[in-house]
Amino acid sequence: MDARAAALKLHPGMALASARAMVRALDVVEADPAADAKLLGQIADWCDRFTPFVAIDRFDGLLLDVTGATHLFGGEEKMLAQIRAKIAAQGFVVRGALAGTAAAARALARYADGTIAASGEEAKATAFLPVAALDLEPRDTHALKRAGLKTIAQVAGRGRGELNARFGKTFVFKLDRALGLGEQPISPRRILPDLLVEHRFADPVVAEDFIAGTLLSLGRSLCGVLEERGQGARFLEASFFRTDGVVRHIAFETARPLREAETIARLFRARLDALADPLDPGFGFDLVRLAALHVERLVPESVGLGARPDEDKEIAFLIDRLAARFGSHRVLSFQAQDTHIPEAAAVAVPAQHAPETKIAFEPRLAGEVPRRPLRMMEKPEPIDVMAQVPDGPPLRFRWRRVLHAVTRAEGPERIAMEWWKNQSPQPTRDYFRVEDEAGRRFWLYRDGLYGREPFSPRWYVHGLFA
Amino acid sequence: MSRNLHALAGIRQLLAPAADPDGGRTPLGHAQADRALRGGLMCGALHEVFAADAAGSGFAAALARRAAGSKRLLWIVQDYSALEHGQVSATGLAEFGIDPTAVLLMRAANATDALRAGADALCCSALGAVIVEIPGNPKILDLVASRRLVLGAQAKGVTAFLLRSEAEIEPSAAQTRWLVRSGRSPGIDDWGSPRFDAELSRNRQGETGRWMMEWCCDDGAFRGLSEQAAHSGAVVSPASDRPAFAPPQRRAG
Repeated sequence: MDARAAALKLHPGMALASARAMVRALDVVEADPAADAKLLGQIADWCDRFTPFVAIDRFDGLLLDVTGATHLFGGEEKMLAQIRAKIAAQGFVVRGALAGTAAAARALARYADGTIAASGEEAKATAFLPVAALDLEPRDTHALKRAGLKTIAQVAGRGRGELNARFGKTFVFKLDRALGLGEQPISPRRILPDLLVEHRFADPVVAEDFIAGTLLSLGRSLCGVLEERGQGARFLEASFFRTDGVVRHIAFETARPLREAETIARLFRARLDALADPLDPGFGFDLVRLAALHVERLVPESVGLGARPDEDKEIAFLIDRLAARFGSHRVLSFQAQDTHIPEAAAVAVPAQHAPETKIAFEPRLAGEVPRRPLRMMEKPEPIDVMAQVPDGPPLRFRWRRVLHAVTRAEGPERIAMEWWKNQSPQPTRDYFRVEDEAGRRFWLYRDGLYGREPFSPRWYVHGLFA
Repeated sequence: MSRNLHALAGIRQLLAPAADPDGGRTPLGHAQADRALRGGLMCGALHEVFAADAAGSGFAAALARRAAGSKRLLWIVQDYSALEHGQVSATGLAEFGIDPTAVLLMRAANATDALRAGADALCCSALGAVIVEIPGNPKILDLVASRRLVLGAQAKGVTAFLLRSEAEIEPSAAQTRWLVRSGRSPGIDDWGSPRFDAELSRNRQGETGRWMMEWCCDDGAFRGLSEQAAHSGAVVSPASDRPAFAPPQRRAG
């Protein structure tokens, strides 16, 4: 609702027909909650420049926790005025207020635009607001009105026991919060960074080199703080605030705690190079922020004569660079698992997040030929099989429409499923290593035993030997 | 403190044995192949392995294992290859004689990503070898792309391997080109070590040739077949009237 609509005496919630009757030239647009939510999200992103702690309030409000940030903008009044002015300049109608608790600020913003309630004076500020400001169930608001309680002060004047009995505990909590007596934690939209450094520009910047240089200098100041604290960053994010309100966040993770500004700048460069839609400066950025979303203790490395610390460090850097470019889920390292089920005996985990493990790979038996295939199908592929005896290896099999005649076979290697883990019984597998007439070696298995388990046995290709 | 560390690093460098006493070559262990390669596979170069079947993966892994020495190796697999030929398996690597913890696996979405990741990885001198798996003949892999890999490999001494499957042979800047298919086991009951029918079809430094090569998983080295096995008809003479290397025919079922 803006002032012009109010002047025409329109109000939210009125029937379309009566609105049309009042204003003949009414232009009607269907409500689009999804687009509204998206726009609100963009405004919330933009508000990140005031504080990293921004939360969405319902479908039309934003809560900013500015604790400890007001002095950066010249005090509470100036900060509120600046926020209101900048949002209004983008063409929005804005109401705003500042108070000691989220619920009080919310009530004031919606019903007493522009109020700043000093800490401890929330009750006084909200006293004359209508009960609707309490954010109650519509049912309760209606009941209060029927009871003749129109303002918050009137409700607050009643006994707590009385209200509790009539409206329940939640009601009393909400009332207390609006009066500044209790606080409800608000949940921020984005991860709160452990550390952040930022650079504001008087004039918007566009040049790519300049932005890269800014990231490097921000990296240096971030690393300075990290060094003082004995920490390194594991998860870094750069945020680029455009003058027209668009915010772009670019984040990457690292394999080990990082405290080198040059490396940070290089990883950002790799990440920026690999973006599907490149960073568009538009009319320029007026704020660039570098945040360490997650930090870890960084122990100064001990230099051992036998170890190869440089090599490990270089590998970690390579992993970071590839992950920054292609995604952390694409750069993998192998870990052994404590199971004998062939497909689960080893897992490939993102190398950046590979946890320490005590399980070692089973060493190969000396003198033994490989018992497991080098390439394993991600999902065993069914095959048609002709076997000489039901329990024996196949004579011929057809896989992907090609017929293979088996010339040699080794097996079976019988692998029972983990019945103590699965609810439904799973068939035992008999594995065979077979070689066809061209020397290709396959790893086949028969799912189920003839006559013993209540399944009709099926055959699969599970892997290919080199 | 930091000066001491630098001094220490310098001393360590002096004490460390040279990575390759053989002048950048690593012998494969197969006498004839090593003779043709003038002592062994050149490190810090690009080698191509054209695979007719799964044996190609094993052969490339074996070469990379030899070239990498004690360093780690990176295997770049495209998503398509993983579906078509199976994913590289850690237990399989262990059984093949390669420590799975010394292998990094990178899943690339397409050939462009795979080549770019390969070029990135070749800049990391802590790696011993990089295997880039490229199925088919994508346009992006041309002479320029392969030369870029060669330059990358030379710069830091990381050996690069291009593993090609379902691919036509095309011009490249590679040092060697191998055409590999599975080799048949000898006798009826003898299920032997992995065996490759490997043809060295291009060698910038010497003769070409075709050999039956067996990979000894315990020693991590190739070896020739014993006399008896060599005469069991496993090696066929190269055909002169048709392409020596054709993908296996598929029958409609």
